[in-house]
Amino acid sequence: MNINTTKIISLLFFIFSAFYLYTAYQIQVFAFDENAPFNARTFPIYLGYTGLFFSGLKLILPDPDTIKVEHKTLEYKKTGILILIAIIYGATILKVGYFLTTSLFLFASYYFLGERRWILMFLLSFPFVAAFMYLLHGVLDIYLRDPFLKSIGVMG
Amino acid sequence: MIEGILIGLTTALTFQNIFMVMIGCFFGTIIGMLPGLGPMTAIALMIPITYGFDPATGLILMAGVYYGAVFGGSTSSILLNAPGVPGTVATSFDGYPMAQQGKAGKALAIAAWSSFAGGTLSAIYLLFMAPSLSKVSLSFRSPDYFALMILGLTAIAAFSSKGQFLKAMMMVVLGLMLASVGQDSLSDITRFTFDNMNLTDGISFVLVVMATFAMSEALTIILKKNDPTAAAKQVSLTELGSIKINKEERGKMYKTIPRSSIIGFLIGVLPGAGATIASFLAYGMERNLVKDEEKEKFGKGSVNGLSAPETANNAACSGSFVPMLTLGIPGSGTTAVMLGALLGFGIQPGPRLYMTNPEIFWSVIMSMYIGMVILLILNLPLIPYIARILAVPKNYLIPLILFFSITGIYVMSFNNFDIYLMIGIAVVATFLRLYDFPMPPLILAFVLGGLMEENLRRSLLLSNGSWEFLWDRTLTVCILVTTILIVLWHIYKTLTKKKS
Repeated sequence: MNINTTKIISLLFFIFSAFYLYTAYQIQVFAFDENAPFNARTFPIYLGYTGLFFSGLKLILPDPDTIKVEHKTLEYKKTGILILIAIIYGATILKVGYFLTTSLFLFASYYFLGERRWILMFLLSFPFVAAFMYLLHGVLDIYLRDPFLKSIGVMG
Repeated sequence: MIEGILIGLTTALTFQNIFMVMIGCFFGTIIGMLPGLGPMTAIALMIPITYGFDPATGLILMAGVYYGAVFGGSTSSILLNAPGVPGTVATSFDGYPMAQQGKAGKALAIAAWSSFAGGTLSAIYLLFMAPSLSKVSLSFRSPDYFALMILGLTAIAAFSSKGQFLKAMMMVVLGLMLASVGQDSLSDITRFTFDNMNLTDGISFVLVVMATFAMSEALTIILKKNDPTAAAKQVSLTELGSIKINKEERGKMYKTIPRSSIIGFLIGVLPGAGATIASFLAYGMERNLVKDEEKEKFGKGSVNGLSAPETANNAACSGSFVPMLTLGIPGSGTTAVMLGALLGFGIQPGPRLYMTNPEIFWSVIMSMYIGMVILLILNLPLIPYIARILAVPKNYLIPLILFFSITGIYVMSFNNFDIYLMIGIAVVATFLRLYDFPMPPLILAFVLGGLMEENLRRSLLLSNGSWEFLWDRTLTVCILVTTILIVLWHIYKTLTKKKS
């Protein structure tokens, strides 16, 4: 059986809009605002109905220009690994610090994308991040928290 | 106006701002050349850096990136037949055949001069039109603004949807929904935060732009196994040929440039239209206006065929600044990103910007001239070398894009939650892109969400909850009728396409 993915996305959006609309009705407004012509829940309620309307139309109307995606040709593994590395990067950046986590993130990303020129990989991670960090922190005066560099006495 | 021009010139001609235009043009050219990575990605990556500067400098940098990206897009169209940005697709029709005939240098020169002339002429139109429109727009009331935002969102959905209007409208609604997260601006009541403190201030605009453009584009390239830099490796430095344009070719350009700049500018001013439509219309118009002998050359390396879209797409870029600077309503996804950045600086673009922040208003216009000159003298001789720089493997390019995106968010919030949220939105956006759900309508809706709610609130409160405000004022009615006409036109086009 052929499943039209665009229709599935539309169905998901329809469900999402219904949930959004339900949540919009739950927004607590001040008692004196309850019957006002406009309060904090008015706009979200309109948006919820509009979402239901458009996704409903997309579900009902025929879709002659269906987009077919060849899933077998897609690179899910590398994409998944990159996303995982990014999540780990996000989880460690505050605790470990900008310099080390960013350099390792770049190095790991180059590696998992198939790069094996170690010197170039190193140059485009550690020294590159150091230079960029100097630009942000030293030149543009944008504060960067870095417990690792602080612990080894590089940053104050 | 003379005073304003002088203020603008004084601001734009400072060493720092000229340097920023140069950096912007250079960086934009590189990003614009890469097929798939357009001006929105380039500007999005620049936003965190702009916050280190004053608003005028930040906006000048972003404007430089915008022009550079459009110019870079035409270079890859001519040399590789791989348009870097949609606005330069029409450039490849005659630019690439010229390059194949060994006249790549000449094609690049024609494109550069046409871009320069188109951008400069439209900056002059902007110079005269923007202040007048600012004065007119002072008479706009909340219902007019509300209607104008509906028009902008409908138009961008209609023009960017590639025939998938409903998908684009779903993206508009999603953008508005994302904008509604956080505290209500008037009552401070929190909405859709699910008791998460990180969402109380709403979702950051930079986060949404980075996630839906920079990050999701990088993920899409990996997912689809595309290599945007592969084609750049084929560029030969020795086979570009002369960049000299002869008298006959100049004569052809003199006729093409003025008319294409006017059509480009006017299309650029329209909400939702932009460089792509402008370049195609200018190409079509030029083909109809030239002599039969020249018409035969279209598609085979015509000077008019190359000059017209190049003039029009640059003119449209300047034109798209008109609604943003004068009404505070961006006409395109790219100017929506700029508007969001300006709001981040605490500046509200609109009719009063002309009076409250004249240095920003005028310096942006003035920097456009400077940007055009810099693009011409810096990029034209350097193009072959820049094209070689682009032969950087995607194994390096993709991690660097992800790095800039994540760093951009990190330096703004120092918060893990924002990084997770960005990754989540990027994954959803990548999946939606696979099925041709357009992202520019989402960004425009996200930027306009707060303003739209504010204007609807004022309109409904003033009319005691009645929707009569939609037909009380002639201006509101005119704007809404235009919106309905766009929708009807779109339905008509879809039906006729199906029949054919």
